[in-house]
Amino acid sequence: MITIINYGMGNLGSIANMLKRIGHDSLITSKPEDIEKATKLILPGVGAFDNGMQSFNNLGFSSILNKKVLEEKVPILGICLGMQLMTEGSDEGKEAGLGWIKGRFEKFAFGEDMKMHKVPHMGWNKLKQVKQSKLLEGYEETPRFYFVHSYYFKPSNQADVLGTTSYGIEYASAFEHENILGVQFHPEKSHKFGMNLLKNFAEKY
Amino acid sequence: MLAKRIIPCLDIKDGRVVKGVNFENLRDSGNPVELAKLYAEQGADELVFLDITATHERRKTLAALVEEIAREINIPFTVGGGISTVDDVHILLQSGADKVSVNSAAVRNPQLIQDIADKFGSQCLVLAIDAKEADGEWLVYLNGGRLQTELILFSWAKQAEQMGAGEILFTSMNHDGTKNGFANEALNDLSQLINIPIIASGGAGTMQHFVDTFTTGSADAALAASIFHFKEIAIPDLKQYLHQHNIPIRL
Repeated sequence: MITIINYGMGNLGSIANMLKRIGHDSLITSKPEDIEKATKLILPGVGAFDNGMQSFNNLGFSSILNKKVLEEKVPILGICLGMQLMTEGSDEGKEAGLGWIKGRFEKFAFGEDMKMHKVPHMGWNKLKQVKQSKLLEGYEETPRFYFVHSYYFKPSNQADVLGTTSYGIEYASAFEHENILGVQFHPEKSHKFGMNLLKNFAEKY
Repeated sequence: MLAKRIIPCLDIKDGRVVKGVNFENLRDSGNPVELAKLYAEQGADELVFLDITATHERRKTLAALVEEIAREINIPFTVGGGISTVDDVHILLQSGADKVSVNSAAVRNPQLIQDIADKFGSQCLVLAIDAKEADGEWLVYLNGGRLQTELILFSWAKQAEQMGAGEILFTSMNHDGTKNGFANEALNDLSQLINIPIIASGGAGTMQHFVDTFTTGSADAALAASIFHFKEIAIPDLKQYLHQHNIPIRL
């Protein structure tokens, strides 16, 4: 059973649907008591950083998640905004992130010569794996995932970086630090490549 | 490198797929959910569902259909047609749509663009523009191409970008249904002017037309309907063709 954390940011049904298709039950919940019992977590989300962090805090998730993730070491996968909340913060907002992964998000900024790079970075792009991980097992070719975002991660510790994506610059689009995993793209919208990634998370962690 | 996107568009009426030529003479060409699954399997990068049902039951039936589509497919999809309030958007996103496309209502009330972007984020807002060129001017049309406005395509697209639209879906009424290629000159002009992704629509007839719109038209994505529905072009063949012509594509 995978517990999907619902803090009102984005549609979570597609994640549950994809998990179901690969044979895994999930629970979409806004209740801290459900999170308390969780053995595996997904932190999804679409939207603005401060909105996300505020609704997150209003629901009283921070302390329970700190305990689950930092003390009990329950595996957790952050997706898109969920990944962003796991870090120290974003230039998009003023709120502090959860701070589990050191580093911050900055906005894509391209000069005149790079004008073909539009913001948001939207569409299918490649993930280049930079360290060994169970999350990325089983790909015969470089996987392409669906991205929609305007801010990119600048990690403090390069060792956390799991994969990079090239969009004007080469940036960290996935990280893994102990039990904490984050991906900037949407595996739940990335067809077979996304399905394989979620299957790895569901079965190998 | 970011891949160019191929987007089949399904026009929906009363829960079925239809496609008109020049917006008229609609023909039924299939079950939307089945077609959506097939396209996702074949490598479509996204899907657009445009609801043209006119009854007042439409809101409910559309939400139910969107829920069904979301259950069955695992690529991003956009829903449009008759969206005129933040509430409409909320229902569709809640039902599982990734994005909504707004057209006439945004022209009548441009503030709607900002309201949607503020509430749900620019990433879920596609501004659809139907425009027709006459005497060197690209004028915006409403109501599925039936009502001409004074708005110029380029200034409207620019304004929409500034107000928070996340993408522009530009349909050239001069090209739609002709199968003679996309409006590449106008698309390229638009691309120079705005910095959000542009989806080319109207005129797809051959695989080379897609190459052209991604190169000379500078489009980020290309949308087509009947050529896919009537199997004139198969998506896997199209993607191979684009790949062979050095267009970055997801295979």
